[in-house]
Amino acid sequence: MQGYIFLSPWILGFLLFTIGPLLASLYYSFNRYTLLMPIQWAGLRNYQTAFFGDKLFWISVVRTLTWAIVTVPLGIIGSLLAALLLNRGIRGTTIWRICFFLPSLTPQVAAAMLWVWLLQPQLGIVNSMIYTLFHVRGPAWLGDMKWAFPSLVMISLWTGIGSNRMLIFLAGLQGVPQELYDASMVDGANWLQKTWHVTVPMITPTIFFNLVLGIIGSLQVFGMAFVATGGGPAYATYFYALHLYQTAFRSYDMGYGSALAWILFVFVLLATFVQVKLSGGWVYYGGEVRR
Amino acid sequence: MHETKASSEGVKWPVIGREAASVVLNILSTGLAIVFMFPFLWSLSTSLKTVVEVHAFPPSFLPKVPQFGNYWEAWTSIQFGMFFINSAIVTVCAVIGTVVSSTLVAYSFARLRFPGREVLFLICLSGMMMPVYVTIIPLFLMFRAIKWIDTLKPLIVPNFFAGAFSVFMLRQFIMTIPFELDESALIDGASRLGILINIILPNCKTALVTLAVFAFMGTWNEFLAPLIFLDSVKHFTLPLGLWFFQSYAGDPNLPKDHLLMAGSIITTVPVIIVFASAQRYFVQGIVMSGIKG
Repeated sequence: MQGYIFLSPWILGFLLFTIGPLLASLYYSFNRYTLLMPIQWAGLRNYQTAFFGDKLFWISVVRTLTWAIVTVPLGIIGSLLAALLLNRGIRGTTIWRICFFLPSLTPQVAAAMLWVWLLQPQLGIVNSMIYTLFHVRGPAWLGDMKWAFPSLVMISLWTGIGSNRMLIFLAGLQGVPQELYDASMVDGANWLQKTWHVTVPMITPTIFFNLVLGIIGSLQVFGMAFVATGGGPAYATYFYALHLYQTAFRSYDMGYGSALAWILFVFVLLATFVQVKLSGGWVYYGGEVRR
Repeated sequence: MHETKASSEGVKWPVIGREAASVVLNILSTGLAIVFMFPFLWSLSTSLKTVVEVHAFPPSFLPKVPQFGNYWEAWTSIQFGMFFINSAIVTVCAVIGTVVSSTLVAYSFARLRFPGREVLFLICLSGMMMPVYVTIIPLFLMFRAIKWIDTLKPLIVPNFFAGAFSVFMLRQFIMTIPFELDESALIDGASRLGILINIILPNCKTALVTLAVFAFMGTWNEFLAPLIFLDSVKHFTLPLGLWFFQSYAGDPNLPKDHLLMAGSIITTVPVIIVFASAQRYFVQGIVMSGIKG
């Protein structure tokens, strides 16, 4: 009985702030609900609107999937390479580690501000450097149709490469048994071969963990884009969460907003489920002692 | 151990090749470190420049005379001081709420026996996969109904109800504490709460510090919830204030980039301080949550 008393903060919180709202948004998603008028049953209308009537829905889906496909692998590979660079057992590694890690401590909005200023078309340091070095005008970056998306990718890599993910990889690398390296050394493997055939297979569980979390996170990208580009120019960085925010908290269309939220939720569940299913094929758990 | 690893690199390579590779990798590391640090240094320098210097072309790397007054101006006339206080209130409450509630819940999941424990724990874990967007609309409507919109309460109160991630992390940690300690205390007649306070808590400092730092960062950096739940500028937290100042406040003809950078630095520095002072515990904690997760 005492167990439930200690558990009560979570039970209450789960009912009030998780499962209650979850069911409520499911219910709203089947209704017309705009705050101005009483709630009204609409069946599947909101879902039909999303898939067959809302051009911005598809734009935001494409932007978000592109974002996930680009930033998740780049981020994971970047963090892994950074961890490999730091794991060579060389003096002075600490200072490199601090330099790699600091950007990830910057609050998202502050990071966005910083880069808005660096990438400012006329006064920004990036374009000044480009002009000084090549005597050409740089693009407007965050204000340019073509460059806004890659600019955001760059910002996300700046904050993401040296983050917790790198630290987790670093710990994973240090957990690879030395015997394996010794054995590969006897076989005459070079650094690249050792990395690819020993290190990477041994840390696949860590890669998998980061992949799952990375995809869940990337599908929900919001703050940085909201601050740096507001979804523009011309919807070039209009991510799913921005569409959801606009719908629910700018147009106050709570019914349609809830439907958008549920589509995202189901998609996240499916994506995670598929990854878990596929993981059997490539994730190696043999190295884990505690299992 | 690392030394052997480094020196064992590519045994078949000629010595010169190995050294060259090492130099290349060092240059690469240093180059990357500079690229990573540059935006910081640049914003720091901008935040100390005069308006004229900010608009100079080509830009100078350092201000002639550092304008520390910019920080005072950002703090007072742009109200970053007020945003800072709001952020501090919300964050301190959130950290206390998270640590206290998660400790109770994690202890229960780790040590107490009751029917349905495993199922409830799985349900708790499932909370980690849930996008915020799927609950935020009903939460907004609920907080609106009880007149909490445009107060700091929606940002504070939910933290007192143990989030999935913190419970999971702490529970994993408590499981590693030897059970015999609990048992001998039980025989001595200690209460469950007494055991939690006197035996479990002193043994999970690492996890508690990690949890506190996570809660701090999560709340201090949070943007979406303040954006949705707050309306008036006097309640804004730092990230929201920063965004507001960038997009709306002030005369659009007056340059404000140096003040924006000062604001960004004001927002970032507390995170660095907290991280630096907790680093020893924190890194260990992250690694634990990642590897054993």
